[in-house]
Amino acid sequence: MKRRTLLSTAALALTLGFGTAAAAQDVTAGFIYVGPIGDGGWTYEHDKGRLAVEDAFGDKVKTIYQESVPEGADSERAITQMALSGADIIFTTSFGYMDPTVSVAAKFPNVKFEHATGYKTADNVSVYSARFYEGRAIQGHIAGSMTKTNKIGYIASYPIPEVIRGINSAYIHAKKVNPDVEFSVIWAFTWFDPAKEADAARALIENGADVILQHTDSTAPQAAAADAGNVITFGQASDMGDYAPMPRVSSIIDNWAPYYIDRVQAVMDGTWESKDTWDGIGPGMVGIGEISDAVPAEVKEQALALKDAIAAGDYHPFTGPLNKADGSVWLADGEVADDGTLLGMDFYVEGITGDIPK
Amino acid sequence: MIRLEKRPQPSRLWTILAPILAVLLTMFVGGLLFAALGANPFEAIRTIFWDPIFNAQFASFTRPQLLVKAAPLILIAIGLSIGFRAGIWNIGAEGQYIMGAICGAAAGLALYPSESVLIFPAMVIAGAFGGWVWAMIPAILKTRVGTNEILVSLMLVYVAETILGSVATGLLRNPEGRGFPGSRNFKQWDAAHNAEIFAGTGMHWGVVFAFIAVIGAYVLLTRHILGYNIRLTGEAPRAARFSGVRPARIVLICLGLSGLLAGMAGLFEVTGPAGQISIDFNSGYGFTAIIVAFLGRLNPIGILLAGLLMALTYIGGELAQLMLGVPGASIQLFQGMLLFFLLGVDVFTNYRLRIGRREIA
Repeated sequence: MKRRTLLSTAALALTLGFGTAAAAQDVTAGFIYVGPIGDGGWTYEHDKGRLAVEDAFGDKVKTIYQESVPEGADSERAITQMALSGADIIFTTSFGYMDPTVSVAAKFPNVKFEHATGYKTADNVSVYSARFYEGRAIQGHIAGSMTKTNKIGYIASYPIPEVIRGINSAYIHAKKVNPDVEFSVIWAFTWFDPAKEADAARALIENGADVILQHTDSTAPQAAAADAGNVITFGQASDMGDYAPMPRVSSIIDNWAPYYIDRVQAVMDGTWESKDTWDGIGPGMVGIGEISDAVPAEVKEQALALKDAIAAGDYHPFTGPLNKADGSVWLADGEVADDGTLLGMDFYVEGITGDIPK
Repeated sequence: MIRLEKRPQPSRLWTILAPILAVLLTMFVGGLLFAALGANPFEAIRTIFWDPIFNAQFASFTRPQLLVKAAPLILIAIGLSIGFRAGIWNIGAEGQYIMGAICGAAAGLALYPSESVLIFPAMVIAGAFGGWVWAMIPAILKTRVGTNEILVSLMLVYVAETILGSVATGLLRNPEGRGFPGSRNFKQWDAAHNAEIFAGTGMHWGVVFAFIAVIGAYVLLTRHILGYNIRLTGEAPRAARFSGVRPARIVLICLGLSGLLAGMAGLFEVTGPAGQISIDFNSGYGFTAIIVAFLGRLNPIGILLAGLLMALTYIGGELAQLMLGVPGASIQLFQGMLLFFLLGVDVFTNYRLRIGRREIA
């Protein structure tokens, strides 16, 4: 469990200790990152959100952050120190910060906390996440259309619902356009480990995969695919546009900036309330990176149409008929998955072989 | 010309001076590093070494946290140092730490939601047992088939990490956790919670055991025949054998003891500061403890001080990130420098500098 969630912001005109004058800032916003801000993926995008907050409010906001904070006991200390330093709002940007965030929040009732990708809220703890599975549907469509070997490799991080949703969504939409498609999933048990991710990508490619999807944050799989040639990939969390047009043919981009600005504004205005946000392509929290010319025009057109349908709410990526991997019926024809099931998803849909690690 | 001449005896003065000089050199070069990053070097050094203990805004929180952070490092390092004294290199304390946490947590969770006072002691014993068993694998392989304990214990870390991932998502997963990985939170279960013994002091059972381990190791190494045999095995293996010390027994004792202490450290951490078994519950204490053991000159009192110093650089480093905005990697670099300079300066413990012409013997 790791990662995801953070950015917090906040404000408050407390002086920061240590003699650095706090001056006139209205709000101090703090962010706890699970990776380095230069990871090129998850943490990088959260940090872009932080910088957008600075741009939007100028002198009225001071932002602080701590990067590469391990989940567990260390994160509780890091969050506490941030609260003590006078942050008004703290964004904890990884799933594994959930219990520590809630526990620190109980000790600092006047500080607002925002936890990314978790599910525990309190009077001063909000949760927020993005419907990345919507972007996965588009990736699945492109992947299924473009694979020649019919083998798609998937580098998964941890067997948590968010990741499993992504695998299912990509598979469903790849299968729709290509009934022969097969998914091989490698569980890397890390969010960010370039060496491990590159190994996983190479193993998948050697086994015949010519499409690599990743739910880990580094660009190492992109580099591995570029070396192999004739393999396509998708940017994860960030655009990873350096690898376009090949191997990176599109990407899912996390866009936290509007949310962060909105929440910091709420703290400033005194209107902040605890809430549960789960936004997708429609509100702009999930972006689809430029689909490169390596994708046939026809496929690109279909992918964009799919994106528009999802954004408009006309189509839900989890629409029946769908069965679970054990063969039992999950969704009847035309039925749409409810958020509760999606949030706790711990099963593959029918057709994906292999087991989710237990 | 300048040359190094081996001392007949390691210098006592330099044994004490080396760590102090290493810290000063680290401060100086680290200061240059922070200056190059655009931070005020004096402020950075003060933030790292002074503020966690004395800053008015943070110290009431960070001072107890020093104990919390140092306790597992000291507990593990004490166990490792005893083996290192005997020339037995257990590099896999991280794995033993994980297995201790898993076994201890599993023993407790099997009895959930009992409120018996025996739960926590039983978990401590199970945790120690888990770490011990994991260390016995390289020990028995070494004594029976002569494998290298460095490789085997290190490789077992990765096995332990995989088991951790598996139990966090399967066997020990919180049944009320909506399918998310991670066990129940021990902080919400009083009978199993390794709470602070005195509120606000950071003093939990792991800290108490760390102190006991320091005293125990001191007595063992200076007053007990077993400690003498351990040191003898490390310093003069042949002499040890002639005097009737059985090397296999020393291997089993040293690895067993370090596994036991690492397992206990894992249990205290999972029931206390960490709170739950999660996929990456371990955060490198088992490896950092190796640095602590050497920084403390493999001496129990030295390890106590080194553990506290290491904790100080962690917490001070976090404050420096927070207050001065220096990158996280610069803090790791800073900690690495500390070990680098220690090993570098350490040359003078065993060698002396001679300037001038070689004397004719």
